[in-house]
Order: sequence, then C-alpha cells, then structure tokens
Amino acid sequence: MNVQDSQLSAFRAEAREWLDKNFPKSLAHRGDEYFDIAPRYPEGEDWAAWRKAMCSKGWGTPTWPTEYGGGGLTRQQTLILRDELEKIGGFIPLTGIAVSMFGPTLLEYGTAEQKQRHIPPICRGETIWCQGYSEPGAGSDLASLKTRAEDIGDNFLVNGQKIWTSGSMHAHWCFCLVRTDTSHKHEGISFLLIDMKSPGVEVRPITLISGKQSFAEVFFTDVKVPKENLVGGLREGWTIAKRLMQFEREGIGARRMTVGELRPLDEVAREYIGTDAEGRIADLDLRARIVRHQMWERAHRLTVARVADEAKTGPSEATSVLKNAASHALQTRGEMLTEIMGFQGIGWDGDDYTQTEKDSMKQMLQNKAHSIYGGTYEVQANIISKRILGMLDHQ
Amino acid sequence: MAVLTEEQTMLRDGAQDWVTDRAPVSAFRKLRDSGAGTMDPALWKEIAEMGWAGIVVPEEHGGSDFGLTGMGLVLEEMGKQLVASPLFISGLVAATAFRQMGSAAQQGEWLPRIADGSAIVTLAVDEGNRHDTARTALTAEASGSGYVLNGTKTMVIDGMDADAMLVLARTSGAPGHSAGLTLLIVPTDAAGIERHGLATVDRRGHAKVTFSGVQVGPDAVLGEVGGAHAPLEKVLDVARVGLAAEMLGMCQQAFDTTLAYLKTRVQFNTILAQFQALQHRMADLFMEMQLVRSAVEHAVREIDAGGDGAEEAAILAKAMASDFANKMTRQMIQLHGGIGMTDQYDAGFYIKRSRLLEMTFGNAAQHCERWARMRGY
Repeated sequence: MNVQDSQLSAFRAEAREWLDKNFPKSLAHRGDEYFDIAPRYPEGEDWAAWRKAMCSKGWGTPTWPTEYGGGGLTRQQTLILRDELEKIGGFIPLTGIAVSMFGPTLLEYGTAEQKQRHIPPICRGETIWCQGYSEPGAGSDLASLKTRAEDIGDNFLVNGQKIWTSGSMHAHWCFCLVRTDTSHKHEGISFLLIDMKSPGVEVRPITLISGKQSFAEVFFTDVKVPKENLVGGLREGWTIAKRLMQFEREGIGARRMTVGELRPLDEVAREYIGTDAEGRIADLDLRARIVRHQMWERAHRLTVARVADEAKTGPSEATSVLKNAASHALQTRGEMLTEIMGFQGIGWDGDDYTQTEKDSMKQMLQNKAHSIYGGTYEVQANIISKRILGMLDHQ
Repeated sequence: MAVLTEEQTMLRDGAQDWVTDRAPVSAFRKLRDSGAGTMDPALWKEIAEMGWAGIVVPEEHGGSDFGLTGMGLVLEEMGKQLVASPLFISGLVAATAFRQMGSAAQQGEWLPRIADGSAIVTLAVDEGNRHDTARTALTAEASGSGYVLNGTKTMVIDGMDADAMLVLARTSGAPGHSAGLTLLIVPTDAAGIERHGLATVDRRGHAKVTFSGVQVGPDAVLGEVGGAHAPLEKVLDVARVGLAAEMLGMCQQAFDTTLAYLKTRVQFNTILAQFQALQHRMADLFMEMQLVRSAVEHAVREIDAGGDGAEEAAILAKAMASDFANKMTRQMIQLHGGIGMTDQYDAGFYIKRSRLLEMTFGNAAQHCERWARMRGY
C-alpha cells in the first residue's frame, strides 16, 4: 500500500466513524423525499440536526475550499464519502441550484469578496438561489435575451422579464444574464447577482401541465443592482453562463425520479397486469420493452459513473450525452407506467385513484420538461455534434 | 474510455499500433479476395509472439494473466479493423474453459500451447438454428473407459483451423434439458471427424463438424460428467463479453469512418456534416455508443472480479452491443449513400461481420429473455 492509499483508507475510517456518530438513523434512505421539495428544506429536528452537522463539517459541499466553508476534500475522498454515505442510506443534505450550479461557477469566476459573501451561506444551507436565464423571446436561442442592465453610476438599472425561473418564489438571490451592450449578441451579455428583495422585483408562479408550480416568471422594473454584484467583467457573461450550464446538465443528467411509483417497472407490471402460467408478465410485448428500458437505465447509470471517473476537472461536453440519455430513460419510464397502470393510471384527482397513481401521471407530465430545460434535447444534440464530433469544423 | 493502468495503456496502444500497421481492413480484404483461407497464419504467429494468446492464461502456464480487462482492450482494437484471427475463440474462450473447468493435468497440457499459439482450440456447442446449449443432441456414450461421440455441430468458430475442439455432448437426458451435458476435449484429427467449411457472409472460418463414432479417453472430460451446463454458461458469459468488446470496437470504427465521410462529402455545395438532420442522427448514435461502452467496460471488470454481478453484466453487454452494432452498421451504409452499397467500400464488411456476431452465443432478444427471467418476470 502506498502513502496515498493509506491516507485514503485512514480517511475512510474517519468518515465512517463520524457518519456513524452523526447521521440520524431515522433518515436512512430518505434522501429522495428531501430532494423532492427543493429548494426548500424539510421540517423536523433530525433533518435540521443532520444538515447542521454536515454543514459545520463542510461536507454539505465536500469539494469546496475550506476557507469558504467547504470540506476541502479531493475527488477521491469525496467518492469515499459518498460510498460510506450510501452504505448507511445517508445522503448529502444540501441540494439545489446554489450547490450544484451557482457555487462551482462563482468559485471559478467570482472575486474574493464575492466568494466570501455568497459561498459560506450556501455551505450552511441558508441561501436559496434562482437562475435568471430564459426569457419569453429567448429559449433555445438564449443569447438573444433582452433584459437590460443600464450603467447609472454606482448601480446597474435592470429592466426586463425572465421566465421558467425555477424556485424563484422561495429564492433570496438570482444570478441573472443581462444585456449591457446591444451592439453585440453573445459578447453583449453580463452575469449579475440580484437580491430578490430589491424593490422592483416581482415573481408570478406558472402552473404547468402537471399542475405543479415549480417555475415562475420574474419581472424586473427599474431594479437597482450594485456594481460589485457583477461577476467576471462586463460582457463576459456568456462564457460564465456556458460554464454554469455544464454544471447544470451534469446535475440533470444524473437525476432520479422522486415521486410517484418508484418500484421497478416489472414489479408494478406484475401487480397491475398479472402473469401467465410461466410467471411472465402477461403482456409479452410490454415485458420485452421493460427489459430494454431497464437495460438502458442501467447503462445510463454506468455511464454517469464512468464519466465521473474519467473527469479530471469538472463537467465536460459529455454532460450533454448524459442529459439526453437521462431524458430518454425518464420519459420512457413515465410513459410505460401510465400504460402499465391502465385505467388507474389516468387519474388526476379524487379518491378513485391512489396517491401513487395520481403522482405517477403527474410525474409523467412533469418529465416532459426534462428534454426542454437546461437546453432542449435538440440543443444538446447540437452541442454534441459541434463540440464533440466537430461537425461544424469545416465551414 | 475507462481509466486504465499503465500496463493496460501499453497493451491497448500496442494493439492499436499493430492492428493499424499490420492488420487493417485492407489486409482482410486481400485475404478474402485471394480465397486462400479464412485467417492469415503469419498474422496469427505475430499475435502469438506478442503474447496476446496468453492474456487470460495464468503465468505458471506461460500467460500474462491480464484477465478480460486486458483481452477486451485487444479485442476492441481488432474489432475496429475486423482482424481475422483465432485469438477470441482460442486465447479467450478455450483458455477460459480450461481455467474454469479443466483439471490440473488438462491445464498443464493445453494452456501453455494455447498461450504460445501453437495450438488453436475452439468450442463446438451449437447444433440447431439458434444458440441454445440445452438443446444439445450430440451424444457421448460411455464405451470401455472412454466415450464415443455421434452427432453434428455447426457454427464452430475457426473450426477449419483448429487443432482441437471443446465439444458439448449429451451423456444423459434429452435435448432441451440442461442436465446431462458434458464437455470433452477432442482433437480435430481424431478418426470419425469430418469438417466442412461454412461460407458465411463474414467470410470467416466457421465450420460444420460431423462426429461419427469418434472415440475419446476418460481424460477427455472437462469437469463433471453430466454437469457441464452451469460452468459452461459462465465460460460463455466471458465469451459474450469478449464479443461485446469486439462489437464495440467495430461500432467505434463504423462511427468514426462515417463521421469522417460526412465531413468530406459535398452535396448542395455543402459538406454533409453541416446538415442538422445528420448532425442529430450522429449525436444520437454517439450517445448510444457511450452507453454501450459503459456496459462493456463494466462487464469486463465484473467478469474479472468474479462476483455475483458478472452474469447480469454479461447479459447487458451482449444485448446492448448486439442491438447497437445492428443499428450502427445500418446507419453506416445509409449515411454513406450509394458508395456504402458497393463491395469496394468497407461498410459492407462491417454489416456482414456484425450480423454474425449479433447472434453468436445468443442474440439480443435471447439475452433480454435471460434478463427478464433473472428478475423473475
């Protein structure tokens, strides 16, 4: 065993002992409930205690630098930590945009003052952030965004409208793409941090086809934003925005289904459809499709692990591959559940359907967003063909 | 690509260099056009000299014991250029069978010869129109202290070039039952053996072998008499992952060749790579190929780890690689257009080889069936 190996096994022993002492047994295997209500945090003593313990240790954000409240762990140590967590049904109690997308980006592009101000509260799980990217006229063509930030001396004056801003109803802060220069498209964009309590910010929730209100529109009317809240230089916003979107896709590509029917499809199918004399799911065509779906899902998980293994520094274009593969897996599963549950699977409300049945339908509908947000399936295909396959290289 | 150790990287790079230098597709084309045979003995000699035939053979028997992780890398590189060699069947499958099922004496006799390439050993398991070992009808009847074999085997890989065969025979029970099967080592020059080369679409050396009163001694039996089914399935799972690695290499090359073509072919005053319909098709193929790669690399590791996960991993790798190889070779032709249809272009070689590998040791549908049964549905 070399020095590095023995240090790692010492870390494993230390992590195991600490987790054994601090992880509330009552929360074992309950990480999914937790993520489902993001960006809010669940109520209850054990939840609070677990969050507090992990955050004071810095392990809520294990790879972030200790000077800002992170854990300062190496990639290998983080893998060990996750491994030890998994063994006891544990989970990292911080989630959401701030941890998965904004924090890593600010650590790369923010000034020391900006990091000192914003990163520690994220590590403590205190601030909720939302993402001011899409606009009514700027969806897939994000760089055509129009929200203006005008230089008025010490402040920017922001006017415009953002849409599909998830979690904005609860958010304390918004990282926002704004136009500071109208003469250039991509190069006219800047990256601005806006306090959601500022006068002139208005949030209007949007009801989706699933009945959920997880997204909202955000209106900015003469909102004053201090100049110190500009990340990177003026007109450098697009570069930062793209980096952040890589972190975003990485998160989306690895996401699991969290509500509705969570059991393996074959189990659900045996219950709703029954089996033949040989014990096979009575619908043989469906049975064959369940197999192929499970194989795809398994291979997708293996790819998530492989990409993490191969990655030396953060996410790459491979995240576009993972995101599209995940969209396919999630949406196929949602559709198949509806098919399997039959008449019981098409309920919306009322006592004729179980909660799981109703949630499964809503999840199927909600999942349609997976191939739209964070860059549509087609935009990801553009990125793969352009950046990985170099299909635009010979123009 | 999985993270490799230094030794594995050297092996992979060595294989890549040798294959592109010594055995590119053009070498296979030359062999086919010459009609001289189904493999090039000179290339096989070079493969053996580099030690690849001994990659899964223990060091005490003259191998390097690099496992399927090592062999998979070489097979993947060979798959890229469709190298015709008995490395897969002898160096991987037969060697694994001896390792897992053979006695110390059998290992001592055969493994060193497999490792140095002086003996080519193949596997004779298939009889019907589909791979299904339980349906074995070829009989081995006890006679004196040994056995007498009667029956016919088909799709025996590199059967015309093999020095010996591991033959799956029925010593009791009826076709359809997995009990009563026995694996025996039989030299191909034994009296009563008649070999007939099959002109398969991939132009490789598959054979039909007829056994008419072939006599073997008691020491020909590998493992337990009547109990070969379960241990042989484990050997076959190793073989299936090897095939998946070969198919992965084939797919990678088919993809790369197609991509390069799209970047040069001009129509409507534009290179084809500029068309979004083709960009998106390539992006989807690329995505699926990544999933297949993960499945194959996972299976290789699971097999070498020897744990409970090996069977599921092998099923996943063979099913996904077979499905994708089918799709990728179809798209290779479609995206090449007319030239893809011509014999002078290599696309045809890839689709022909693919169709054969897809069904070797069970096609995707058969492995999906295994997957479902394994999970009890």
